[in-house]
Amino acid sequence: MSFISPTLDYTLLSPILILLGGALIGVLVEAFISKALRSTTQLTLTIGTLVLSLAQLWKIRNEQSMSAAMGSVVIDGPAILLQASILIIAILSILVIADTDQFTALAAALPGSEEERHSIRTGNQVTEVYPLTLFAISGMMLFPVATDLITLFVALEMLSLPLYLMAGLSRRRRLASQEAALKYFLLGSFSSAFFLFGMAYLYGYSASVTLAGIRESVVGGSGNDVLLLLGMAFLSIGLLFKVGAVPFHAWSPDVYQGAPTPITGFMAAATKVAAFGAMLRIYYTVFANAEWSWSPVISMIAIVTMLFGSFVALAQRDVKRMLAYSSIAHAGFLLSGVIALNKAGLDASIFYLFAYGVATVGAFAIVTLVRDSSGEVTDLNRWRGLGKRSPWVASAFAGFLLAFAGIPLTSGFIGKFSIFSAAYESGAKGVVFAGILSSAVAAFFYIRVIVLMFFTDPIQDGTSIEIPSVLTRFSIIFSILVTIALGVFPAPLLSFITTLATFIR
Amino acid sequence: MMWLTLLMAIPIIGTGVIAILPKKNEQAVKQIALTTTLIVLATTLAMATRFQRDNVELQFTEKYSWIPSFGINYALGIDGLSLVLIVMSTILVPVVVLAGWNEPQGGRWSVKNYYVLILVLETMMIGVFAATDLFLFYVIFEAMLIPVYFLIGGYGTGERSGAAVKFLIYSLFGGLLMLAAIIALYVISSSQGGATFDLAALSGLQMSSTTQNLLFLGFFIAFAIKAPLWPLHTWLPDAADSATPGTSVLLLGVLDKVGTFGMIRYCLTLFPEASKTFTPVILVLAVISILYGAILAIGQRDLKRLIAFTSISHFGFITMGIFAMTSQGHSGATLYMFNHGFSTAALFLIGGWMISRRGSSTIADFGGLQRITPVMAWMFFLAGMSSLALPGLSSFVSEFLVLVGTFTRYPVHAVIATFGIVLAALYILIPVQKALHGPTTPGNENLSDLNLREKIAIAPVMAIIVVLGFYPSPLLNVINPAASHVIAQLGFSDPAPSNGGK
Repeated sequence: MSFISPTLDYTLLSPILILLGGALIGVLVEAFISKALRSTTQLTLTIGTLVLSLAQLWKIRNEQSMSAAMGSVVIDGPAILLQASILIIAILSILVIADTDQFTALAAALPGSEEERHSIRTGNQVTEVYPLTLFAISGMMLFPVATDLITLFVALEMLSLPLYLMAGLSRRRRLASQEAALKYFLLGSFSSAFFLFGMAYLYGYSASVTLAGIRESVVGGSGNDVLLLLGMAFLSIGLLFKVGAVPFHAWSPDVYQGAPTPITGFMAAATKVAAFGAMLRIYYTVFANAEWSWSPVISMIAIVTMLFGSFVALAQRDVKRMLAYSSIAHAGFLLSGVIALNKAGLDASIFYLFAYGVATVGAFAIVTLVRDSSGEVTDLNRWRGLGKRSPWVASAFAGFLLAFAGIPLTSGFIGKFSIFSAAYESGAKGVVFAGILSSAVAAFFYIRVIVLMFFTDPIQDGTSIEIPSVLTRFSIIFSILVTIALGVFPAPLLSFITTLATFIR
Repeated sequence: MMWLTLLMAIPIIGTGVIAILPKKNEQAVKQIALTTTLIVLATTLAMATRFQRDNVELQFTEKYSWIPSFGINYALGIDGLSLVLIVMSTILVPVVVLAGWNEPQGGRWSVKNYYVLILVLETMMIGVFAATDLFLFYVIFEAMLIPVYFLIGGYGTGERSGAAVKFLIYSLFGGLLMLAAIIALYVISSSQGGATFDLAALSGLQMSSTTQNLLFLGFFIAFAIKAPLWPLHTWLPDAADSATPGTSVLLLGVLDKVGTFGMIRYCLTLFPEASKTFTPVILVLAVISILYGAILAIGQRDLKRLIAFTSISHFGFITMGIFAMTSQGHSGATLYMFNHGFSTAALFLIGGWMISRRGSSTIADFGGLQRITPVMAWMFFLAGMSSLALPGLSSFVSEFLVLVGTFTRYPVHAVIATFGIVLAALYILIPVQKALHGPTTPGNENLSDLNLREKIAIAPVMAIIVVLGFYPSPLLNVINPAASHVIAQLGFSDPAPSNGGK
C-alpha cells in the first residue's frame, strides 16, 4: 500500500489554522514572556488571531468545496456562517475573559494554599486561559465542518478538553469550580464514549466513516437498520449532551455555576453554535432520509427540554443557575430547528444561534460586574434594586432577558418566530405549541429578575456594581446593540443567511 | 405625505429632546412632553380633516419592505375605525400629561423616564391602530406592554410590582397564543401563493373550519385578555388599583381598546366563519361581563377598583355590539370605544385628584365634597353620569346603538344586558351619594378645589362628553361606513326591525 501525500487547501483551512498557530504561540508566550508583559501580550495575540481568522473567513465566504482536506472538511455557506458566529462570539467573550481578576492566579496550586496566596500577592498571574480558549475555538470551528466521523470526534475532543480545564480556573470558590470541572469532564467523557460507540455502529452499518458514505447507505437503505438506529441514537446522545438537552443536561447547571463567569458565557454561547452546527449538518445531510426514525424521538426530547428548562428555571435563586436552565430551554427551541429539516429551519437555526450567543455573552458579562468584597454575587435576592444603583447595567441586563424571553423588537423574537415558523411548516405543530407554552413560562422568571432589579429597594449588604473595564464595556455594548439591531432590522442578516446557507454534500 | 409615520415619529423626536435635557430640569421635561403631545394632536386633527369619510378603503396607506425573507412589510393605513381610535388616543395623551403634572414625582424613577415612557407608548398606540401588516401589529401589540409595565411598576402605588407582573404575564400569555396562530397563518399563506402578513391577502386564505376555529381562538383569547372579558379580566382591577391615574387612563382608555379593535380588525376579518361559530358563546360571555362588572362595582369600597369594574361592564357592551353582527351594533361599539375612553379618563383623573388630596381611595372617606370642593364634585358627578350613560351625554348614544343593534338579532341578550344599565345607576349613584353629598367626613374640611391646570386638563374631556351627547353625527359619519363595510364583508344584512310579527 503506497502512501498518498495529503493535498490540503490551505486557503480554505486558514481560519482554523490561524487559530491553531495563535494558540501555539500563546503557549510559548506563556513560557517565555515576563509576567509584567504577559497579560497584555496574550490578549493582543489572542484578539489579533481571532480578527485575522475572521478576516480570512470573510475572504472565502463564497467558496464551496468538499475537498479542503481530502474530504474530511467541507467549506460551504452554513460552515462559513457558523464559523463566523463562533469567531464573533469568541471575540466578545475574550474581551470579558481579559478581566483576569476572575481567574485563579496559579491553577496548579492547591485551593487556599500558601503557594496560591503567594502568587496572588506577587501578582504572578498565569494566563494560560488565552491559549486554552484558542484551542477550544479551533475545535469549535472544526466541529461543524467535519465530514468524516474521525475528524468529527477529534474536533469534539479538541473543543471539550480545554473547556474542562477552563471550567476549573475560577479564582474564588475554587473548590466549587474544580468540582464543576471534574463533573464536566466525567460526564463529558461518558458522552464522548457514547459518541464513539455510535460511530462504531455507523461504520458497521455503512462500512464507511465519511458522512457521504453513510448517507449513501441511508439513502440506498442497504444496510442493517438496527445498526443505523443504534448508531444514530448513540451519536445523538453525544451531541445532545454538548447542547445540554434533557435528559443529558445534568451537568450544565453545576458547571455553569461553578465555572468562572466569563467562561460560562463563552461556553454557553460558542459550544452551542458548534454543537448545533454539527448536529444540523449531520441530521440535514446524513440522516435526512431516515427522518421517520429519529424525528419523533428528537421532537419528544425537544418538547421535554423546553418545558423542563423553563419550569425548573422558575425555582432558581441563583442568577447563573437560572441562566443555565434558560439555556437548556433554548436548546429545546433550537432542536425545533433541527426537526424542521427544511431550508427555513436551517436559516432560522443559524440566525437563532448567532442572536442567542451574542445575548448570552452579554448577559454573563453583566453577571461578572455584580460583586461584593468576596467576589461575584449570584444570589438573585442580592440583585434587588440594582436598577437604582446602576440603571445602565440593569437596563442592559433587562434587555438581554427580554431577548431571551422573545419579546418583539429584540433579536430573540425574530429568532423564535423564524425557528417556530420553520418547524410549523414541517408539520411539527406539537413542538411549536410546547415552545410557545414554555416561552410563556420562561417569560415569568425573566420578568421576575426585572422586577427584582427595578421594582424592589436595594438592600445594604455591600453588593455593588464594578465599573466595567473598557473591554468588558465594549463587549456588553456591542452585544446589546446587536440584540436590538437584529430585533428591529433583521433583514440584512436574514437575507445574507438565506443566500449562503445551503449544505453541499 | 406619510401622515401616519409622521404621527409615530413626533413622539420619538420628543423623546430624543427629553433625553438630552438635564435630569434636574423637570419643568422643561414636562413642557417638552406636553408640547410634543399637542403637536401630535394637531397633526392628527389635520390628518383627520383630509380623511374621506365615505371611502371604506384604507387611507393614508404606506408600505415599505421590512423583513423580505418572511414577506413582512412596514405597512400602515387607516379606516374610520382606526381613525376614531387614533384621534381618541392623541387627545387623551396630552390630557394625561397635563392632568398628571405632579404624578411622576412620587415614583421610583425620575420624572424624565416617566415622560419618555409615555411618549414611546404614544408612538406605539398610534402604530397598533394603524398597522395593516399582521406582523407589525403583533410586534407593537407585544412591545407596548413594556412601557406600561414600567409605568405601573415604576410610578404606581401599593402592590405595584405585583400588579405590573400580573398584567404583563396575562398579556404575554395571550400574546403567545396569538403568536402561535400568526405562525400558522404565515405557514398557510406561504403554501397558498407566497408568504405574507398583509391583512387583505391573509383574509382571502382557504382554511378548513377546524383550523379556522383554532386560529380564531388564538387571536380571540389574546384580545379578550386585553379587552378584558370575563373570565379573563382578573388582572385589570389590580393594575388599575396600583397604577397612577394617568397610566390607568391610558391602560383602560387606549390599550384595552386594542383588544376590541383587534376583535373587529383581525378576528372578524381573518376568520369570518369561525367568528360566526363562536358568536353565541362570546355573546354570553359579554352579557356576563356586563352584569358581573356592574355587580362587583356596586360592592367596591375603593374608588379605583370601582372604576375598573365599571370598565369591565362597559367592555362587555362593546364586545356584545361587535358580535351582534349588525351595522348599528358595530357603529355603537366603535362609538362606545371612543366614549368610554373619555368617560373613564374623566373618572380616573378626577378620582385621582380626589384621592391625592384626601390621601385615601376609600369611597367612604370622601363625604361632603360637594360643599367643600364644588367644582371637583360636579365634575365627578358629570363623569359618573357619563359612565352610566345618561341621555344627553355621549355614552348614551353608543349604549343605545349597541342595545338596538343587538336587539334586532339577539333580543334575549339585549334584554338581559339592559339590566346592566340599571345596575350602572346603582354603582355610580351610591358612591356619588356617599362621597359627595353625605355629611362631611372628618379631615375633609380643608381640601382644595381644582386648580387652573386641572380645570384646563379636564375641560376638553368634559366638552367631548357633552357635545357628542347632543351631536354625535360628525363621529358617526366616519364610523358608519366602516362599520357597514365590515358587516357587509361578513355576509350579513341588518335584520329589518319587526313589530313583534303583527
